[in-house]
Amino acid sequence: MTQRIEEKLYTLRWRHDRQSHIAIVDDGVCLTRCGTEWQRPCTTFCPASVYTWDGAKIAVSYENCVECTSCVLGCPYRNIDWKLPRGGFGIEWQHG
Amino acid sequence: MAADEFDAIVVGAGPGGTAAALTMARAGLSVVLFERGARPGLKNVMGGVMYGRMLADVVGEGWREAPIERVVTDERLWLATADAVTTIGHTHVPPAAGPPNAFTVLRVPFDGWFAAQAEAAGALLVPGTTVEDVIREDGRIVGVRTGRADGDLRAPLVVIADGANSFLVQKAGLGRPLQPHEMALVVKEIIALPSGVIEDRFTLEPGRGATIEVYGAPTRGMAGYGFVYTNRESLSVGIGALVSHFMKTRITPWDLLEGFKAHPMVAPLLRGGEVREYLGHAIPEGGRRAMPRLYDHGVLVVGDAAMMVNNLHREGSNLAMAAGRMAGETAVHAKKVGDWSAETLAMYQDLLEASFVLQDLRKYERLPDLVERRPDLLQVYPALLSEAIHEMLTVDGVSKREKQRRILRRLLARRPWWRILRDAYEGWRAMR
Repeated sequence: MTQRIEEKLYTLRWRHDRQSHIAIVDDGVCLTRCGTEWQRPCTTFCPASVYTWDGAKIAVSYENCVECTSCVLGCPYRNIDWKLPRGGFGIEWQHG
Repeated sequence: MAADEFDAIVVGAGPGGTAAALTMARAGLSVVLFERGARPGLKNVMGGVMYGRMLADVVGEGWREAPIERVVTDERLWLATADAVTTIGHTHVPPAAGPPNAFTVLRVPFDGWFAAQAEAAGALLVPGTTVEDVIREDGRIVGVRTGRADGDLRAPLVVIADGANSFLVQKAGLGRPLQPHEMALVVKEIIALPSGVIEDRFTLEPGRGATIEVYGAPTRGMAGYGFVYTNRESLSVGIGALVSHFMKTRITPWDLLEGFKAHPMVAPLLRGGEVREYLGHAIPEGGRRAMPRLYDHGVLVVGDAAMMVNNLHREGSNLAMAAGRMAGETAVHAKKVGDWSAETLAMYQDLLEASFVLQDLRKYERLPDLVERRPDLLQVYPALLSEAIHEMLTVDGVSKREKQRRILRRLLARRPWWRILRDAYEGWRAMR
C-alpha cells in the first residue's frame, strides 16, 4: 500500500500559470559546489518533487509546487529564486 | 484608487489576518483584506487542532456556526519505538455549554467561513491577489503593492499576516531571512473513513474527536513528530521535521510519511481508508528568538508571519487569532487618536506581552535551540522508557527487583548518569 510521490500528487489540484514562479539563480552552483558539498538536497526534501537532477542542471517542475517554501530556506546557497505565484494561481487545496 | 480610502490593509485571510480585519470592521474601521488564493482557505494547511476560547474572543456567539470537524475529548501522547508505543493520555467529557476547548478543523472550509464573518462585518475581501511588496515613504509603511495592474493601495496601517516564511516581513525591514532550523516541513494526508469506523477505532462518542501526537522512532532521528487527528469522516495523518534535518538526512517527506503510516500501531487506525489529499506546509519553529519586530510606523505583524507558534503544545492558530484581535484593537485605538506611528502601535506589543501569546513564547524560547542541537533526545529516551515498561510488564519468572536492576544497567550502558543529568537539566531549562 506504500504510495509513490506521483500517486500522492495525483490527489491534488492546481490552477496552473503559464509562467514559472521558480528559477534557479545559477546552474553552476548546483553542478559544482552543491554537488560536492550537499548533493543537492532540494531533490530530496521538496515534498512535491519539484526539483530533479538531470545530470547537468536542476530541472524545475514548478507545476507540482505546493508552496511550502521549504526550498527558500533549504537550498544551502539560496540559489532558488522562489516567488509567490501570481494571485489566484498555484495549488488549490480541497481540504486543507 | 484614491489615497487612504481605507483605514487598514490586511494581507492574508488566515486566522490572524481575518481576526484582525473582523475586529477592525466591527469597530467601524474601513478594512481591505487581501488573499492570494482564489478564495480564503485554498492556500492554507495545518495539522488540524484549533481552540474555542480564542475563536469566541473574536466572533462571540458566532463560534456555534463554525464548520468544526470534531470536539477533541481524547488527547494522547505516544512515545514510540519501531514496534512499541508508550501512551500518556487524557480523556474528558466536554462541558455542556460554551465553546469547546479544542476541536479539529479542515482549513479550506474553516477559513472560508471565518473570512465570511469579516466580510459580513464590513471588511472588503479581495481574493486572488498576491501582495508583492510594501510601499515605504520616509521610513513609514504607507501601503502595499499587489500583483494587479494599478495594484498600489495606500492606508495608514498595513497588517502583515501572510503566513509562515513571510516575504513581506523582510520587505518591510522588520525581520531577517530565516534559517533552515527555524522552520519545519510537515506533510499530511486526509484519509477518508466512515464516521462510525472512526468512532469505533478511537472509542469516541459521535461528534467527539481524538488527537494523537507521536514522538520517537517515526521521525528517524530528525527533530519533529507525527500526528493522527480525527475529522468527521476522515483522519488527518501527518509528520514533520526541521528543514535543516531533512537537508542532512536526505529522507524524502513522502517516505517519512509512508513509514509513519506503516508503524504497527498507526497502520490499524488507517486501515481501509482512502487517501483524498496529500498536503505539505511550513511551520515556524524558531520561537521568540526568531521573531521579527512586531510593529513599526504603519505596520503590525501577526500569526505565523511573526513566528507565533508554540510547538510543544501544538498551538499556533489560537496565537494568531489572539494576536489578530489585539492588532485590530490597536488599530481601533490608533484611529481614535488619529496617530498610526510606532509610538501608538506599540500598544500591540504591550497587549501581546500581557497575554499568553508572548508569555508562552518567552517560556519556551530556549526550546528551538535544544531541538535543533539534540534530536537524539527524542530517540533515546522514548526507547529507554518503552524498554523499561516492557521489562516490568514481561512476566517471565524474574523478580521485580532484578528487573529494576536490569533497567538501570541498560539505562547506564546507553547513557552515563552524568549525561542523563545534563539532558534532564537542559530539558528542564528549555521548558521551565
